[in-house]
Amino acid sequence: MQRIVSISFGEIALKGLNRSYFEKKLLNQIKRSIKGLGESKVYRDQGKIYVITDDENIERIVEKLKKVFGIVYISPGYRVEKDIEKMIEKAIESVKQTIAHKEVRTFKVQVKRADKKFPIKSMDVARKIGAAILREIKVLKVDVNNPDLLVKVDIRDYCYIYTDKIKGYGGLPVGTNGRALLLLSGGIDSPVAGFMIAKRGVSIDAVHFHSYPFTSERAEEKVKKLAGLLSEYCGNMKLYSVNILPIQREINEKCPEDEMTIISRRFMMRIAERIAEKEGIDALITGESLGQVASQTIKSLNVTNSVVKRPVFRPLIGMDKVEITEIAMDIGTYETSILPYEDCCTVFLPKHPVTRPKLEDIEKSEASLDVENLVEDAIRKMKIIEINFQENAE
Amino acid sequence: MEVYLDNSATTRPRDEVIDSMIYMLKSVYGNPSSLHRKGLEAEKEIEKSRTIISKFLGVDSKEIFFTSGGTESNNIAIQGIIKRYAKRGKHIITTKIEHPSVLNIFKYYEDKGFEVTYLNVNEKGIIDLKQLEDSITDKTILVSIMMVNNEIGTVQPIKEIVEIIKKKNKNVKLHVDGVQAFGKIDIQLKNLGVDVFSFSGHKIHGPKGVGGLYIKNGTVLEPIIFGGNQERGLKSGTENTPGIVGLGKAVEIIKNNFEDEKNHILDVKKYFIDKVLEKIDNIKINSYTDDRCAPHIVNISFIGVKGEVLLHYLEEDGIFVSTGSACSSHKKGRSHVLKSIGLKEEEIEGAIRFSFAFYNTKEEIEYAVDRLEKSVRDIRKIMMR
Repeated sequence: MQRIVSISFGEIALKGLNRSYFEKKLLNQIKRSIKGLGESKVYRDQGKIYVITDDENIERIVEKLKKVFGIVYISPGYRVEKDIEKMIEKAIESVKQTIAHKEVRTFKVQVKRADKKFPIKSMDVARKIGAAILREIKVLKVDVNNPDLLVKVDIRDYCYIYTDKIKGYGGLPVGTNGRALLLLSGGIDSPVAGFMIAKRGVSIDAVHFHSYPFTSERAEEKVKKLAGLLSEYCGNMKLYSVNILPIQREINEKCPEDEMTIISRRFMMRIAERIAEKEGIDALITGESLGQVASQTIKSLNVTNSVVKRPVFRPLIGMDKVEITEIAMDIGTYETSILPYEDCCTVFLPKHPVTRPKLEDIEKSEASLDVENLVEDAIRKMKIIEINFQENAE
Repeated sequence: MEVYLDNSATTRPRDEVIDSMIYMLKSVYGNPSSLHRKGLEAEKEIEKSRTIISKFLGVDSKEIFFTSGGTESNNIAIQGIIKRYAKRGKHIITTKIEHPSVLNIFKYYEDKGFEVTYLNVNEKGIIDLKQLEDSITDKTILVSIMMVNNEIGTVQPIKEIVEIIKKKNKNVKLHVDGVQAFGKIDIQLKNLGVDVFSFSGHKIHGPKGVGGLYIKNGTVLEPIIFGGNQERGLKSGTENTPGIVGLGKAVEIIKNNFEDEKNHILDVKKYFIDKVLEKIDNIKINSYTDDRCAPHIVNISFIGVKGEVLLHYLEEDGIFVSTGSACSSHKKGRSHVLKSIGLKEEEIEGAIRFSFAFYNTKEEIEYAVDRLEKSVRDIRKIMMR
């Protein structure tokens, strides 16, 4: 094993006394994410995390590491002993590999000597390696101001050599910032909302509402798949699957037609909070974006929000559909989201839903429903599905 | 109770079919192209199947070719004829109610510059014979018409169609997609006079992944698949020996029980229709109820009901059917067949296809209609608001 991935983390470094706790969490997340991808070892060396592995695993490991929150940069490279001849040899090999798939005319060697016991000074190491590269690869020139390629040489307990740097998502390691329950529909928005909150280090479970047999079992399969895709970022999760058809029927029978959606939505929030309460989860997450549909106007949000006490995170609230779609594509949930199975059947969609509901009106309409029993009944009958990250990988 | 009423989608393979396939997989696994005895054994089994099928269809065994199913048969036939005869003319004819495996080939060639006539159908799906006659010219090279429609069961008057075509232009080739007709109605291809006929295994209690073509002696198709020249160059690729033998077995059993099973299916269907008419109001039967419809299919619209919702209701009770549209707000999901026979929007939305098999019983039908009635009532109650 001589290939290395060096992992730098940003925000965690600022967390003062908690730093070691955050680092440890990140270390666990990294180990979890690359489990099963061939032989590898993860270790810390003076404020950085390293994964050491073989040539054939490196690409897949980098792909997985991109999905670990808390990582700012990922640099695949080489680890060699602190011997100047060996360092030169690897630097040349690394540069050759890079120029095979990237147009490079100029380069610069940058040396950091964290280990001051190493006898050659940084500047001298840079000069020796630079000269060797120039000798070996005739087409390249040195440019110290604006090089196409930066060859980084890091001298610590070992010597590390990189020619590549890939951006991670940043954020905080999952599990360092509490738990939240995501209202996961089959659409484009809610998986993105879950992603964004998980990025802040929050562990996530999800609740899904369906109206079977008014909707298809395939809709639930689709949501399971979305949860699986999210679990690549936020680890194993529980998916609570709740059938709200009995509730929708009651609303349909007893409440005004144009309030169908907003009252259903209030039930979803109530059920989500009830689950959160039982599971010791402190917040809810929705994919709502202001004004996107009738139930997402300010007045509607007021009405749906007023049935819960926990904070409701709406990370997409100020985003346009285009922006949301871009993230969905980037994190890989878009293609699944646009499969044509609907989670809530159009049968119950009012022709002209209220866009400016008044809380008093809605509460009056709900007075004819046995809210408590409907909620409890839905929760009693819900299905709990374990979404396992490892099963979903590949 | 589990009641499978989706036999036009696919059927449950018979036990004898499964046994014959296991025998092939375990014992007669040779490659028919091999020169040794294991190869010869396998080849003999294939030829037995070919003979069984040729006798069933009333043709010569040299006229039967094995493929990997209905879609592939339609592709080999239609593209094979077009490629072979394109120099004679660039006009091809089909109907508006074909299976996608036919329609999409025609759309492809339409994009490539062929002139395509899509024949209209009447309110129950019979093609407009006058339009057929009028549209055939000396530039016409191919007519492709399905024998039995997969959604509503309508049987086309193939004999008359053949006469019309041959009278106008005897060079025109007629391909018949017989996937839903094969094994369901009596077909003697020699008497009928069609040039090419497609069939499939899994619609007749045989295996999936196998089907075939009848190609009239003297009709030459340009191959569209290239390789080791199996099936006389039309379907290269090592033969699916278990599939072919399973298909042969399925046909053999149907042949021996044809009248009994057909009458039983007709009985069951009639019983079903009578019960539905008796118990459920505000419905529309979209299929013919006489011999202009295949024995195993009936399509019914339940007004004021969404077909997919009804499908899921029934599935909860162990009853399996098909719809004419998906429960979505998009128009895309609507059946082109039901549109072509002029059904109204709400009739398409509420359309369900029931398709029967020899093992369905009257007890099953009683149970199914009972659940059907309750489901329709419940859904209407919710939707009528």
